[in-house]
Amino acid sequence: MDQAPPDIPRGETDRMIAEVEAFTPAEALARVREAESRDAERPGHREPMIVNLGPQHPSTHGVLRLITQLDGEIIRDIHPVIGYLHTGIEKQCENKTYWQAITLVTRMDYLAPFYNIHAYTQAAEKLLDLRVPPRAQYLRVIMSELNRISSHLVWLGTSGLELGAITIFFYSYREREKALDLFEMIAGERMNTRYFQVGGCADDMPPGFEKRLRALLDELPARIDEYEDLLSQNPIWLERTKGVGILPAEQLIDLGVTGPALRAAGVDLDLRKRTPYSSYEHFEFDVPLGTTGDAYDRYSVRMRELRESVKIIEQALDGLPEGPHIADDRKVVLPPRAELATSMESLIHHFKLVTEGFTVPEGEAYVAVESPRGELGCYLVSDGGPKPYRCHVRDPSFVNLQALRPMAKNAYLADLITMIGSLDNVMGGVDR
Amino acid sequence: MSEIPALIEAALPGSVVAQFEHRGELTVEIDASAVRQVAAYIKAPPLAFALLSDVTCADFPDEPGRFRVAYHLFSLESGARLRLRSWAGAENPELPSVASVWATANWHEREVYDMFGVRFTDHPDLSRILMPVDWEGHPLRRDYPLGGEEVIFTDEV
Repeated sequence: MDQAPPDIPRGETDRMIAEVEAFTPAEALARVREAESRDAERPGHREPMIVNLGPQHPSTHGVLRLITQLDGEIIRDIHPVIGYLHTGIEKQCENKTYWQAITLVTRMDYLAPFYNIHAYTQAAEKLLDLRVPPRAQYLRVIMSELNRISSHLVWLGTSGLELGAITIFFYSYREREKALDLFEMIAGERMNTRYFQVGGCADDMPPGFEKRLRALLDELPARIDEYEDLLSQNPIWLERTKGVGILPAEQLIDLGVTGPALRAAGVDLDLRKRTPYSSYEHFEFDVPLGTTGDAYDRYSVRMRELRESVKIIEQALDGLPEGPHIADDRKVVLPPRAELATSMESLIHHFKLVTEGFTVPEGEAYVAVESPRGELGCYLVSDGGPKPYRCHVRDPSFVNLQALRPMAKNAYLADLITMIGSLDNVMGGVDR
Repeated sequence: MSEIPALIEAALPGSVVAQFEHRGELTVEIDASAVRQVAAYIKAPPLAFALLSDVTCADFPDEPGRFRVAYHLFSLESGARLRLRSWAGAENPELPSVASVWATANWHEREVYDMFGVRFTDHPDLSRILMPVDWEGHPLRRDYPLGGEEVIFTDEV
């Protein structure tokens, strides 16, 4: 192995971790005294204080650890340390068949399960050259946008909570609950569903689903007004978010930031519009943009996205095409349950698919969808067998978190909480 | 086929090893030594692939180059995607870092280093990113076993 001995840290982050871990409290105190004496020798100079934040910190949206160099209240430098939620999903996918791996990828970004599977199934469909029926594409759009609403509502509630606006949490979770009830109704699970299958969706809408969904859609615009009444003019909210966490648009692009964080800086990049997939070209909606790119703009972009999502779901329900909810390819898709009792052939197909899985032609594909946090891409490499040779997910949380370091430099420590909240990172997606 | 590989080859002779188009995705295989020059060329106009979506790797133990690193690029102007690929080598897997071209490559390359052990030369901070700093081995290599990992217990505080 090409391992360096563990006591020789190589990268900058390794050195920073060693800095906060390699000494006892007594030694730490000695280091502080030493730094103070160095300061005394050089008038006007102040050594930064190194403070470890997290990984267990209520404001970090999960297990994010930040090693900060502080000069009083001002952050001189910051090193995010991630990996505390790493579960090796990509490795496990290599040992599961394509249809089994769906249950794993859905758990990556746990607030946006539909997007994880959507990118994954589309990549598999691309390799299989399988066409998804129009009704399935519309069902996917409906569930994706409902997921966007539920994800944005979690973000709204928790980032409000962190900045002291506690009330919004109870309001936004009330509606999120209704969205999760709908997930349960259509997919059987409230989170981490595997409703999207390779070839389409697991099932059609159950009876009564449309009625409940429409009731939620009718209710939502007034609810979103309510959220905005609570925050948009709130002086504390404005004070905490306006002008915080600004980076120029070119730097954001250079850092690979996508989604609301990039659109808040005025860059019109929405994959649903730019490279439409799953029939998104059939729907009319606007891409909300910000101007300055501060935390307030990100808030405002997400609030307008909620309204756009409601519009998209309404259009999809109105124009929902008739037809099958899943492709009719017996080599890939499970046969309908009822046929198993009457058709020997269906039974054989079912048995083969469940035990061996389906094979995917050799090749590689990268497919990206617009998740609530930005570009969520899935890179699949197939060697022609029934298991993915390599399954990699480009998670927007992972990439967007890189922007935290340049953003936080020379900012106040209190504003760091706003920045983390406004980037909306989900640590399950960061660490995978 | 697209004119992109020809443009790269014209600007940097000898850099394009192969090109494929599969399921509508264009892949250009790049000579390992030319990765950074090619990156700088395609980021600038006329190609202007300003957004590096992803850098990742796949391990092929039977191939001479073994580690195949893929760079996924996106053009904000045209919405086009492009995949660059390069082989890092089996014995001493190493590629030039593109973090100086796209800042976002920093963490992606750290992840590839952590998971596959591919070292990126001139990387600003080549540390492990997802695994603990003292982890041994690179988990996404095909010869790394699944399951049965050691749990490190220690009495030292």
